[in-house]
Amino acid sequence: MREKSSPAICEFPRIFIHADLLYDRRLASEGFMAISFTLNGKLQTVNVTPDMPLLWVLRDTLNMTGTKFGCGMALCGACTVHINGEAARSCITPVSSVAGKKITTIEGLSSDGSHPVQQAWIEEDVPQCGYCQSGQIMSAVALLAKKSNPTDAEIDDAMSGNICRCGTYQRIRKAIHRAAGTHAGKAKSAA
Amino acid sequence: MATKILLDRRAFLKSSTVSGGALLLGFYLPGKFEALAATPSAEPVAANAWVRIAPDNTVTLMIDKSEMGQGVVTSLAMLLAEELELDWKKIKTEFAPAAPQYNNPLFGLQGTGGSTSIRASWGPLTKAGAAAREMLVAAAAKRWGVEAGTCRAENGAVIHAPSKKNLTYGTLVEDAVKLPVPDKPALKDPKDYKFIGKPIKRLDTPVKTTGKASFGIDVRLPNMQHAAVARCPVFGGKVKSFDAEKAKTIPGVKQIVQISSGVAVVADNTWSAMQGRDALKIEWDEGANAANSSDAIHKLYVQRAEQPGVIVRKDGDVEVALAGAARKIEAAYEVPFLAHATMEPMNCAADVRANGCDIYAPTQFQTFTQGTGARIAGLKPEQVRVHTTYLGGGFGRRAEQDFIAEAVELSKAVGTPVQVTWSREDDMQHDFYRPAAYTKFVAGLDVDGWPVAWKSRIVGPSIMNRFFPGSVQNGIDQTSVEGASDIKYAIPNFFTDYLLTEVGVPVGFWRSVGNSHNGYITECFIDELAKAGGKDPVEFRRKLLANAPRHRGVLELAAEKSGWGKPLPAGHTRGIAMVESFASYVAEVAEVSFNRTSGEVRVHRVVCAVDCGRYVNPDTIRAQMEGAIVYGLTAALKGQITISKGRVEQGNFNDYEMLRLNEMPEIEVHIVQNNEAPGGAGEPGTPPIAPAVCNAIFAATGKPIRRLPIHAEDLA
Repeated sequence: MREKSSPAICEFPRIFIHADLLYDRRLASEGFMAISFTLNGKLQTVNVTPDMPLLWVLRDTLNMTGTKFGCGMALCGACTVHINGEAARSCITPVSSVAGKKITTIEGLSSDGSHPVQQAWIEEDVPQCGYCQSGQIMSAVALLAKKSNPTDAEIDDAMSGNICRCGTYQRIRKAIHRAAGTHAGKAKSAA
Repeated sequence: MATKILLDRRAFLKSSTVSGGALLLGFYLPGKFEALAATPSAEPVAANAWVRIAPDNTVTLMIDKSEMGQGVVTSLAMLLAEELELDWKKIKTEFAPAAPQYNNPLFGLQGTGGSTSIRASWGPLTKAGAAAREMLVAAAAKRWGVEAGTCRAENGAVIHAPSKKNLTYGTLVEDAVKLPVPDKPALKDPKDYKFIGKPIKRLDTPVKTTGKASFGIDVRLPNMQHAAVARCPVFGGKVKSFDAEKAKTIPGVKQIVQISSGVAVVADNTWSAMQGRDALKIEWDEGANAANSSDAIHKLYVQRAEQPGVIVRKDGDVEVALAGAARKIEAAYEVPFLAHATMEPMNCAADVRANGCDIYAPTQFQTFTQGTGARIAGLKPEQVRVHTTYLGGGFGRRAEQDFIAEAVELSKAVGTPVQVTWSREDDMQHDFYRPAAYTKFVAGLDVDGWPVAWKSRIVGPSIMNRFFPGSVQNGIDQTSVEGASDIKYAIPNFFTDYLLTEVGVPVGFWRSVGNSHNGYITECFIDELAKAGGKDPVEFRRKLLANAPRHRGVLELAAEKSGWGKPLPAGHTRGIAMVESFASYVAEVAEVSFNRTSGEVRVHRVVCAVDCGRYVNPDTIRAQMEGAIVYGLTAALKGQITISKGRVEQGNFNDYEMLRLNEMPEIEVHIVQNNEAPGGAGEPGTPPIAPAVCNAIFAATGKPIRRLPIHAEDLA
């Protein structure tokens, strides 16, 4: 996919003029690798360098920009996704390590924002700038999958890896408690 | 095309139609520095209308402000919806392009900052809404052949109650647009408000919970390349030479380009660009600041503070009063540089072509973004289109144009759209920092313990000298002294002077600007005086604010709601501070415990009282106070950017730490109800928190905390 054939050059004349295509040709044969995983329920194959973090595969290769870059060192949680159901920092996760695994991103939580955690976030009007909130929500969903009615201490443990510079923490805590209530209600009615 | 007409200080309205038959309403606001006028021809109104009412009943409001978390999209929509009697579900918003029509009248420029959005927009938006409503009502009345006075607007329709007739706005726009725009439309009685003053849910929450909100960093354009830039680690340094051989071998790297700010690696994805950047071997000419250090800056400040500065305020005769005072108290306070650390690192996407340029950016200042694009691309400003995205935090950092300039310069060089993305380290080490500042105080108390003299000398660099060259007159940068020289405590002999001291570190606007440090030093020194005079901090302030009712109002409200004077759990202590900034008044009481051995400071509860006059959305006010408190508390407990060998020593959230959820205090916000002019909301919550926490510790230890962040040794 990195090989630039003549028709592609015609389609993208400005790249042809300015880019040094030699890099690409050489590297297409050297560094890239086909890696497959399940992304939000669908099989996905990407041709990338195996050490490329999952974050950048999502954002730049697949143009799924809901997952955010914040620090690149797993210090802020903006890039949180689920790998086989566990919250993980995609900024330090080489894409090769997720081959064959199930990835869920914020885009996969619901198609319309109807997930109970998203709904709780709306009810409490949690976001301000909103940049960290994909990661906050993914961490919260992973927490609630394990602890259907978490205590404040459990919320502290699960959520303190996610920084919010706008200071929405008080509302995040309330929204998690609210979503836990929804979960409990649903579980009861389902049973 | 636009005709310049001098205008008095009021919004000038203009209506127009487009081919679709929509009612377009534009207005122009005379700015601080210029008085542009409405355009008499229809076309510019069509191009840059503020409000568009379409035949399908949708109403689109152009948002001239940047949405960086402060809820401005929702607040502006509420102002319009109130007077235009809109159906909230039919309202749409778009971020405005860069155009003089959208200038912030408080700046004379299109931009968001200084907690001005509501102050700037309340009048024009309510007036525009009321004018459009009157035109729609008149159009309906005419069609029905009834008196306009017998009709009313409600929920996006005009109703004639006697005949039970009803027409939606969409069906009326074609007629309405032919009517004259009322010059003085009647505004609603506030008691009839349906939106203003109500906790309406934010319009942008749904897209911010699904990952669909597009921030600058999320912009994806056809053929777009990604870039990372290596900048000299020393401020003001330049590239001497570089070796790109290894960088070129990184998969995905396309080009290496030297630009004004350093060396850029252009690649087909951000990761490759960053890997390529790390592989560059660059020799820098580190320039004049190569040996700079925090220690050297501190020594310079201490030395400068021995000299007299430029007088900022002089009431009475402070020297005579000090000579006659029963007691003198002296103190020196110091605050560090601080980074903004917006969650979304700096970024910008630009597409420069021979005849035009598009800039997609999380910017706080569209006029500057357009100008930067024009200057670098060699185009006229009107050939540069600015597309403002959501901002992943602003806090003043995105008033700067450095990241815009890089993207434009790169797109011009490479010939494709280019997105520049900064790493966290880039962001932290190439910021425009909250200035480090140093203040010396001397105060005198009378025999009863009341202050008779207050003398402060402030030493620090100027933000305005760089940001608006020529704006600093007579050596006084107001942003350096605000919150220190303009305090309202009744002290008969008052003196402040200032020594503008440049230090080789770029400084900029950081949430609440000068108030962020001057609020801290002033409110802590007030507590020092209260203690020296044997007074309770609340009583001390109350008496000194006898003639400042709004200051005293928030002070008393915060004291009352916090249970000031009532017993606390063992090991807990309480402190208060009150700061006026951006035309709002905020008092905060912090309940704190701390561990002298570990140095840990825990803030359990913050009670905040805010008087921001008339307000649009109480939940937004609460959210802004919560956020501003966290911002200031993070700085008080953890924030410090230090310089060594001309370089910033911090790089990421491991060494420039943020307050996290497990450290979050319970915050309670109480809003004063009055009918005063609107004040700011985004920033005024920040200044009081650091002094409230420090005063709480001071109350327990008897040792004032005269530097930030709070150090373990200051707790003993």
